[in-house]
Amino acid sequence: MVLSVLLRAMAAMALAGGAIIPVCRRHSAGPWVYGTVLAACSIAFAAALAHLSSGAAPLTLTLPLGIPWLGAHFRLDALSAFFVAVVNLGGAAASLYAIGYGRHESEPLRTLPFYPGFLAAMNLVVLADDAFVFLFAWELMSLSSWALVMAHHRAEGTARAGYIYLVMAGFGTLCLLLAFGLLAGSEGAYTFDAMRHGALPESLQTLVLILVLLGAGSKAGIVPLHVWLPLAHPAAPSHVSALMSGVMTKVAVYGLIRIVFTLAGPPAWWWAVIVLIIGGATAVLGVLYALMQHDLKRLLAYHTVENIGIIYIGLGLALAFQTNHLSIGAALALTAALFHVLNHSLFKSLLFFGSGAVLRATGERDMEHLGGLIHRMPVTAATFLIGCAAISALPPLNGFVSEWLTFQAILISPDLPQWGLKFLVPAIGAALALSAALAAACFVKAFGITFLGRPRTPHAVAATEVDPCSRGAMAFLAVLCILAGVLPGLVVDALSGVVRELTAGSSLPAQSGLPWLSLVPLSTARSSYNGLILLVFLTFTSTLIAVSLRRLASHAVRRAPAWDCGAPDASPITQYSAGSFAQPIRRVFGGFAFRAKERVEMPEPGSMQPARLHVQLRDHIWDIIFAPIQKAIAFTTERLNTLQFLTIRSYLALVFGALILLLSGLALWQ
Amino acid sequence: MIADWLVQGLQMGLVLIVAPLLTGLVRKIKARLLRRQGPSLLQPYRDLHRLLRKEVVLADNASWLFRIAPYVAFATIWVAAALVPTFATGLLFSWSADMIAIVALLGTARFFLALAGLDVGTSFGGIGSSREMMIASVAEPALLMAAFTLSLLAGTTQLSSIANFMLSQHVGLRISLGLVFVALLIAALAENARIPVDNPATHLELTMVHEAMVLEYSGRHLAMIEGAAFVKLLLYASLIACVFAPWGMAAAGDGPLAYLAGIAAYLVKLLLAAVVLAVFETSVAKMRVFRLPEFIGTALMLGLLATLLLFVTRSL
Repeated sequence: MVLSVLLRAMAAMALAGGAIIPVCRRHSAGPWVYGTVLAACSIAFAAALAHLSSGAAPLTLTLPLGIPWLGAHFRLDALSAFFVAVVNLGGAAASLYAIGYGRHESEPLRTLPFYPGFLAAMNLVVLADDAFVFLFAWELMSLSSWALVMAHHRAEGTARAGYIYLVMAGFGTLCLLLAFGLLAGSEGAYTFDAMRHGALPESLQTLVLILVLLGAGSKAGIVPLHVWLPLAHPAAPSHVSALMSGVMTKVAVYGLIRIVFTLAGPPAWWWAVIVLIIGGATAVLGVLYALMQHDLKRLLAYHTVENIGIIYIGLGLALAFQTNHLSIGAALALTAALFHVLNHSLFKSLLFFGSGAVLRATGERDMEHLGGLIHRMPVTAATFLIGCAAISALPPLNGFVSEWLTFQAILISPDLPQWGLKFLVPAIGAALALSAALAAACFVKAFGITFLGRPRTPHAVAATEVDPCSRGAMAFLAVLCILAGVLPGLVVDALSGVVRELTAGSSLPAQSGLPWLSLVPLSTARSSYNGLILLVFLTFTSTLIAVSLRRLASHAVRRAPAWDCGAPDASPITQYSAGSFAQPIRRVFGGFAFRAKERVEMPEPGSMQPARLHVQLRDHIWDIIFAPIQKAIAFTTERLNTLQFLTIRSYLALVFGALILLLSGLALWQ
Repeated sequence: MIADWLVQGLQMGLVLIVAPLLTGLVRKIKARLLRRQGPSLLQPYRDLHRLLRKEVVLADNASWLFRIAPYVAFATIWVAAALVPTFATGLLFSWSADMIAIVALLGTARFFLALAGLDVGTSFGGIGSSREMMIASVAEPALLMAAFTLSLLAGTTQLSSIANFMLSQHVGLRISLGLVFVALLIAALAENARIPVDNPATHLELTMVHEAMVLEYSGRHLAMIEGAAFVKLLLYASLIACVFAPWGMAAAGDGPLAYLAGIAAYLVKLLLAAVVLAVFETSVAKMRVFRLPEFIGTALMLGLLATLLLFVTRSL
């Protein structure tokens, strides 16, 4: 019942694009399409949540679609239901936002047909129960999001971003295709049900893991496969950027969990090592890259890379515990990872909405041209601030809870017997702590340079607040960030079904019955956290201070020019900029991470030229991995190019030669 | 039940009242070490009182964030300080935030102050915020690694339980504890803007970090920020005392006499902390800003080493 509701909602969503657009006039189609998608997403979200909280058995459905003798299999278990809920929560918020934001699109018809398809495809990936539907939906998701990235195809850099995205997406799908081929075995058992019961030899299992890390990992944006993400995500219209960063990367995480935890069979302990190293490197490098960006949307996209790293750390810990049959540890680590999936989808969507609002209001994405927007866009600024605080893992908001749970999982990992893990896990803990601290610096920069200070350009001076729909969507997500932070027990309880399914029966103890709604993952003697009490405490103390100061202290407020040690400079370019804010951190970490070089160009004495500071950052990963590949492909194609201009005789000779080669190979093999 | 509330309230009040005294004490001892007379011990209270009576001069373009940041910072630091065991363990709400959450709460305060530094749009505010975040980006992981080591040893992240564990017979002499002690001291110096990381007394613009960040504040807002700095220093002193010198603390449910003894022991520990801090500060020079990451990085590495040692020795 629930599953068919979900599939109908998907169908309605996909139809919305096809049916409404031709009927409506060019500029009135947007609200209709987005409104329909909003309704479909809300229904799907409610259905998934109902399924998740009821703890019902998995539902399956086979439709006579796709390959004739196979049919299309769909299944809704707790894991799928959780991800359906995440996808549609993000989708509903993005659609609400787009009802207002979409009006400002210059070419709405480049976005509208693909948007519902993109959302429907993401839902289908999560609901798929055979390899064909999974890959079909995955590719549909890639292509529709590619089309959305190319919506502003004439903007500078978009064409390159789209090209790299397309190449990486094709590569990722190819890897997944091969992984499913291995999982299906020689009998071609393409349903997930058959894969669950099949047993693979260990060498093939390893190959599956590597292929899945390449395929699903490249979509999620793990280092070193992240290069496309900070190009493609910001190039799309902002509500689509929010979906790509907040939701599509989660679908990629779903792909990894689905295959590694449920289909590939029992994991080996060193799988955890691989996933943990990838997670740690992704978290630290992602946030360092983010800190160096001046483009607000690109900063957010790089920061998605960091959060994927945090999720991978949780998943790696879960794998480590699971192979050693420490089921409570696995449950804790999985809860942390899934909680972070939800959290990141909330605050990253919120922040992309905010950046879209800034882009709409000023036409600028470059932080160096912004500033002072808190006066002109108060609602956007307040919600963006909540998003920034949440993503920086500050209590009492939601980002802190998932990082706290991950830390708790790290703290029980000395029980792991393998030496490799014993050495690795503390280092991963340090990487996680470092990335959390750097994230705070990153978002002080993002908020401080964009919204605070004095406006740096006339565009920033002329900014106005965005429309009510956009504001509503941002406020909605900000409230959810606060709620998930102060009532984490409810989220953990909702996740317990998913965790039980993945760990074969163990989950964290029920949280909702605990006094004061606190969060006690293992035992009260070990650790507990209560966001609600902290929030109440903070509200109480700050009110107390404010009230008592009102009574006791002077009320006088005088507005005056800024003090600035007695020598204020009226020009807004004397403010700290994004580049100068990041300079200390660039000097500390940039040397090894980016081979950062700074060069100061001082004018000759008496010259009227301004002094200039040139900063050069190099992406090691692009230089080491991608540039050689690019060069090799260019070299080969250059050589093969001559094949285009041969005579018919030479082609026949080539065909003959190839035939001889193949036949002799065949003869030797047999 | 009522008694529990009272003790929790007492702790909140105590940290608020004692905090300026601790700073006054440090200043006094430092002055005496330099053979100066030094201000009275009560000078910080007088400073706060003076600031509270003065009007607030707000920069023309200061936003609402600038006005709420001092209250947010003060409230978070006060709440964090109220959750660190001082004279008694197992307070009514001590379970609502463990050591990790307390470190993160201090992060919340720093986040808002750093934003306020950028709000007016002056270069001093910017330089202060940017350097404060750079220092924190190394000091906060160091603190967390110290928290990890202590939690691994004690099997809990709750400060009350860690203190009880340190009192028990199972601790013994451990290398990890020594490493963590040094790491915590360095991180505490960095977080409180003390010499050699930052100079709390300087008004030479280019050498200040924390003071540059809050340069635009005046009146009651500045009082809140100064007060928050006092409480923060007290918090770190209590944190180190509660972990490394947990003697004399009352347990939950002890009688009023035990609480009184606990308060006396706590005051003695604070006195000791003030002496050590003052002696240390007078015997070293302030570092250049870009030497700091090495200094604080040492703390991070010590913390990591301590955690690693525990992970490895756990199975031996």
